[in-house]
Amino acid sequence: MPNSKKTTKTTKAAAKETKAQQTDTALKELESKSKRKNVLMQGNEAVSYGALDAGCNFFAGYPITPSTEIAEILAAELPKRGGVFIQMEDEIASICAITGASLAGAKALTATSGPGFSLMQEGIGFAKITETPCVVVNVQRVGPSTGMPTSPAQGDIMQARWGSHGDAPAIVLYPDSVKECYELTIRAINLSEKYRTCVILLLDEVLGHMRESVRLPDMENVRVINRIKPTVPPHWYKHYDENQKYLSPLASYGEGYRFHVTGLTHDALGFPTNKATEGAEMMERLRKKISYNIRDLVQIESHQLEDAKIALFAAGISARSAKAAVAIARSEGVKVGLLRPLTIWPFPDEAVRKMLQHVETVIVPELNQGQLIHEIKRLTKDKSDSNVIGLQRVNGKMITPNDILRKIKEVM
Amino acid sequence: MANIPQRVVHEYLRHDKKFPHVWCAGCSNGTVLGAIIRGIASLELDRNDIVMVSGIGCSSRMPVYVDFNTLHTLHGRAIAYATGIKLYKPNLKVIVITGDGDCTAIGGNHLIHAARRNIDLSVILINNNIYGMTGGQCSPTTPHEALATTMPYGNIEPDFDICQLAMGAGASHVARTTAFHTQEVQKMVVDSLTHPGFSLIEVMSICPVIFGRLNKKGGPAQMMKDLRDNSIPLTAVDKLPPEKVEGKIIRGTLRKEIQPEYCDVYADLVARVQNMGEDK
Amino acid sequence: MKNYEIRLSGSGGQGLILAGIILARAAVIDNLRVTQTQSYGPESRGGSSRADVIISDQEIYFPEAQAFNCLLALTQEACDKYLFDLREQGTLIVDTTYVKNLAMAAEKTYELPFTEIAIEKLGSAITTNIIALGFMVRLIKVVSEESLAQSLRETVKPAFIDLNIKAMNLGFELADNYGK
Repeated sequence: MPNSKKTTKTTKAAAKETKAQQTDTALKELESKSKRKNVLMQGNEAVSYGALDAGCNFFAGYPITPSTEIAEILAAELPKRGGVFIQMEDEIASICAITGASLAGAKALTATSGPGFSLMQEGIGFAKITETPCVVVNVQRVGPSTGMPTSPAQGDIMQARWGSHGDAPAIVLYPDSVKECYELTIRAINLSEKYRTCVILLLDEVLGHMRESVRLPDMENVRVINRIKPTVPPHWYKHYDENQKYLSPLASYGEGYRFHVTGLTHDALGFPTNKATEGAEMMERLRKKISYNIRDLVQIESHQLEDAKIALFAAGISARSAKAAVAIARSEGVKVGLLRPLTIWPFPDEAVRKMLQHVETVIVPELNQGQLIHEIKRLTKDKSDSNVIGLQRVNGKMITPNDILRKIKEVM
Repeated sequence: MANIPQRVVHEYLRHDKKFPHVWCAGCSNGTVLGAIIRGIASLELDRNDIVMVSGIGCSSRMPVYVDFNTLHTLHGRAIAYATGIKLYKPNLKVIVITGDGDCTAIGGNHLIHAARRNIDLSVILINNNIYGMTGGQCSPTTPHEALATTMPYGNIEPDFDICQLAMGAGASHVARTTAFHTQEVQKMVVDSLTHPGFSLIEVMSICPVIFGRLNKKGGPAQMMKDLRDNSIPLTAVDKLPPEKVEGKIIRGTLRKEIQPEYCDVYADLVARVQNMGEDK
Repeated sequence: MKNYEIRLSGSGGQGLILAGIILARAAVIDNLRVTQTQSYGPESRGGSSRADVIISDQEIYFPEAQAFNCLLALTQEACDKYLFDLREQGTLIVDTTYVKNLAMAAEKTYELPFTEIAIEKLGSAITTNIIALGFMVRLIKVVSEESLAQSLRETVKPAFIDLNIKAMNLGFELADNYGK
């Protein structure tokens, strides 16, 4: 420290005040519902504003770096809008509280990072089996365990899919820019309401903390989906109505429906069952809800893939490195493209299969010891399909465009 | 509330759906359920406004049998789910049914923090001193030296006084009775549901099939008699010599005081913050 | 304009992230694209600290500065660590209050005791970041000075605006008089 203690203290206080001010400026922009202008915004801020614009009215969370800004902003903003913010005693309580609130009718969200995400897994499974809408934002950091709390990693890709015990399909979205943080938060809340499940939004630490120039869409262009409410009288209500294409209406506590919700395997009314047929039906229902709606759920970005010989497959912040690498490689005449999943679960099988048939090599840069790559390899059945090569790093640093360019040159 | 006929209980049960129940013959959970229902009935509450939330364990199976809004959650987490419901819809009466293991072992953290916040939940903790559903493992309230399948040589740990724990954490209403004293259970449920704040009712109960057999406590009837004989009302404590109080279950309202309730406090915060906006 | 990459480096408490935000917001006011990242760790309470700002009129893909068009180093440690990633024609600005040795002389090197100047002219080291930022912006002209002033007003607390505008103007002045 170059300066005296006193100076440091003043600076810290000033920094704190600046933070509040900084949020206010972006907030003014949010409050103008139309003709929004370019602003400087942080990824975690964009998540918070996306949540508010999507109608989130309940947040329960526990502080954890690098997601804390989301809780801080919503603590200030939700009361202004009559919504609920509560800091719970831990992450387990947080996921439980948002699920309970959702059953009472709330649009509920929590935000956390690796260690907290691990703690939430049982509760995520409960939200899935009880088909209760909620959203968990996981701003990933380096793990396992405490790892590097302020450095980026993409180590939770498989946990987001398989973290909870038992078979439970997942909807997991993955933005790569501050603007997409906003858009995909809205989409996550919309999908949770539509599909009645716990939707996970994965962020990278870098994205959560990064600031970018961004122009949010005007509110009239923001599509908000609300859960379907039952129209039948209470005695006809089925909490899990198998006749509704797996997207059944949802009553809330206190509306006269008096339904039962349990984490036990249950029948269509929600009562526990040990019957093999009813148990199988419930499991199929959870699976089909996702697999029958792949086209609605999967979003991908295809970036200069048309004539590419080499394809990169990357998500989140690694896709930003990949896009930079594509630009440099293209300027040198190398035909490289990028396929980027905005939805990582369900996995974009169809787009990946198509890519595998058209390119010679696929490079998968990811900030882990190899997770997405196995999904690509799973889809590489034909020997004529392309080679699949990993580019992995877990040291708290991003994969740079040059790292990817070196790999491209290796495989050329 | 004096004479509620028995058949009232039936009006509140989902008897056409989920019976027979899972409880063993001689279990006191049914007795407690009856008292809870009679308490609710005596208040003439709209059952659409009642949410019964539970965790995992024998007592936590209770919600499935009753015709309220019901939520059977994860082991230990009932209070956390209930907090979400109550805070989003404060007009609902939220009752938590839990047990000694569910609420004070795995769920201890949620218990103390809900008590600290003084959120208006009615927690009815049925304490049978053992993990019954999993077959007799020791719980935080298994008496010292009692046998449990995971304490085959006798429990070497001291046990919790749950009411003291709740009071220490700031609960504004705390009472204790036993499954034998059903009229008291009923009265305490009424007190709990009309108390504006966090309320914990500890109901000492019996588990004749697991705890009773392991510890040679006699049959269900004997264990019920023991609840009667081994408990004394709080009002009698001062009048009895210390040796007659030693080791007894003290029944009665241990604390009932009005403290700011969390949902009210939050509503005040919302009003304050929204007025701040208008002042600008 | 291609990506213009700036790294502001020094130690925690020197206000580098704040300076980065002010610079980035000025770029937004100028209708430019911008990303701003930082090293974010326990070291932001002492230890080394850095803020990166990339400004462009095109989409910015990789958000971390790699080859700096401009490097500001307020400590010796930061200078030693990042100097070799400065581009050939890049601008190096160092605070000679703490940077005593330059391992390599960049073509465009500017050396001033910013911290000493802050204490002497404005009574406290707290404004070092903004003096240095003003100095930098007048030299590299990557954002307009009007936008910088506006950004500063939008970003710092009202009570600190006047002091910071003074600091910015002092930075401009120092740039004009540099080497004279």
